[in-house]
Amino acid sequence: MAFGNYKEVMALKAKDNAITGVAQDGGVVTALLCYALDQGVIDGAIVAGKSDTPWLPKPVVATTKEEIIAAAGTKYTISPNMAAIKTAVREYGLDKVALVGTPCQIYAARKMQLYPFGARHVGDKIALTIGIFCTENFSYAGLKTIIEDHCKVPVESVKKMEIGKGKFSVKAAKDVAIPIKETHKYEQDGDHVCTDLTAEFADIATGSIGTPDGWSTTFTRTTKGSDLMKKAIAAGVFETKQMSEFAAPMGLAMLEKLENGKKDKAKKHAAERQALGLYVTPGILY
Amino acid sequence: MAKPKIAYVHLSGCTGCLVSLADTYEKLLDILGAVDMVYNLTLADQRELPEGKIDISIVEGSVCLQDEHSVHLIKEAREKSGLVVALGGCAATGCVCNFCRGGQANQPQHESFVPINKLVKVDAYIPGCPPAPEVIYNFCIAAVTGDMDYLKPFMAGEVGGYHCGCDLNTKVIQNSLCMGCGTCASSCPTRAIDMEFGRPSFNNIRCVKCGACAAACPRMFLPVEQIQKKLMV
Repeated sequence: MAFGNYKEVMALKAKDNAITGVAQDGGVVTALLCYALDQGVIDGAIVAGKSDTPWLPKPVVATTKEEIIAAAGTKYTISPNMAAIKTAVREYGLDKVALVGTPCQIYAARKMQLYPFGARHVGDKIALTIGIFCTENFSYAGLKTIIEDHCKVPVESVKKMEIGKGKFSVKAAKDVAIPIKETHKYEQDGDHVCTDLTAEFADIATGSIGTPDGWSTTFTRTTKGSDLMKKAIAAGVFETKQMSEFAAPMGLAMLEKLENGKKDKAKKHAAERQALGLYVTPGILY
Repeated sequence: MAKPKIAYVHLSGCTGCLVSLADTYEKLLDILGAVDMVYNLTLADQRELPEGKIDISIVEGSVCLQDEHSVHLIKEAREKSGLVVALGGCAATGCVCNFCRGGQANQPQHESFVPINKLVKVDAYIPGCPPAPEVIYNFCIAAVTGDMDYLKPFMAGEVGGYHCGCDLNTKVIQNSLCMGCGTCASSCPTRAIDMEFGRPSFNNIRCVKCGACAAACPRMFLPVEQIQKKLMV
């Protein structure tokens, strides 16, 4: 089944201008976390916050709306959010933690819930998982090379970066867009066996692919995710549209095409690695 | 059906694994209610491993090769048991006992401490120092109910017999599988792993070789079918 298991899929855009002003797309992650915090569904969230190095994210345990909003926007490099899960539970003393992450981080959290080897009383504190669509990620040095050597702008001057429509675009000292194929060699190789584009194991998964600028394609996958989203929509947190408004080749047709591409590529890479005698994670192809 | 007979065998361990089992709080009653605990020196007055077959021996601690009684006990547990489970880092990987060098009063000759698989065949490993209560609980319930899908990753070659952060290097990073999620760093009981630019950096002096990081890494094994069945509801 395309896109993994899900209950609903819809296009969403946050209504709060403070959020849409800083969000990457529709502000779904930020607005939903703020709503969940307000409602007491969560008492904190692990998000990719800012560090002292430009565009190098740092996992942050956010316990206020200000901290959540400060982490809005995509950073196209690795933020090891799972590294902060024990910190959130032990040092912050949180009981209901939301984890925001790429698909691989979501399945890491799910594995921890089932097999918490070194995670005493941690797995059961993960109250909500919000997955972000992900086609691939870059090392920090790779991202810096793309921005400084290919786009030819200083990384400090970047205000926003975006991958879409076959381009890697930056809004910076000047606005630059380069063909995405120039960036392929900087992808982290661990992504090449990943078959998950749409965060198939999250409670709620969201991303830009399939919807126009300023909107997000959003799946609710579990009863918990679906119930929370219904309440958030009823409370007026989001503008909503049906995905059917965006007909092929846009909309879900485009998402499915990219998802199939990622899955096919992962299978090919896994087979190549096995032929080389390398270890490939059991269960990684799904 | 008769309840499975369980022996809890305490070798060179610190009892932290048993405390971790007890840290399942009221769920401990589920476990104790589902099994017949025939031997557990900390909790019951049975002095020797009982006569006859035991279904499962859960072993905590490593084996001191210079302690004849310990060597005998692990051999006897293996002979009598259908399954032998290495619970915790010491039994599974040697853990802190890897650093023993002898030379201390009043048994200075006690210097070689080995994970139990050095001496006997081990059927399942539960690494960690200690393993989380939840993973012990899940393991016990799966063993009693015959949930082989859940148990499979604990079997030899999946999470067993590994040592330290080095396993993440040889199994995951060297196979180009690391994607920087950070799970290893939060699984480490001694904070020996820092994430530097999205990759684990190991403090090998701080690492106690418990095996938790490698077992927790989602690129070591990924239980997709169980995630779908048990969590995606």
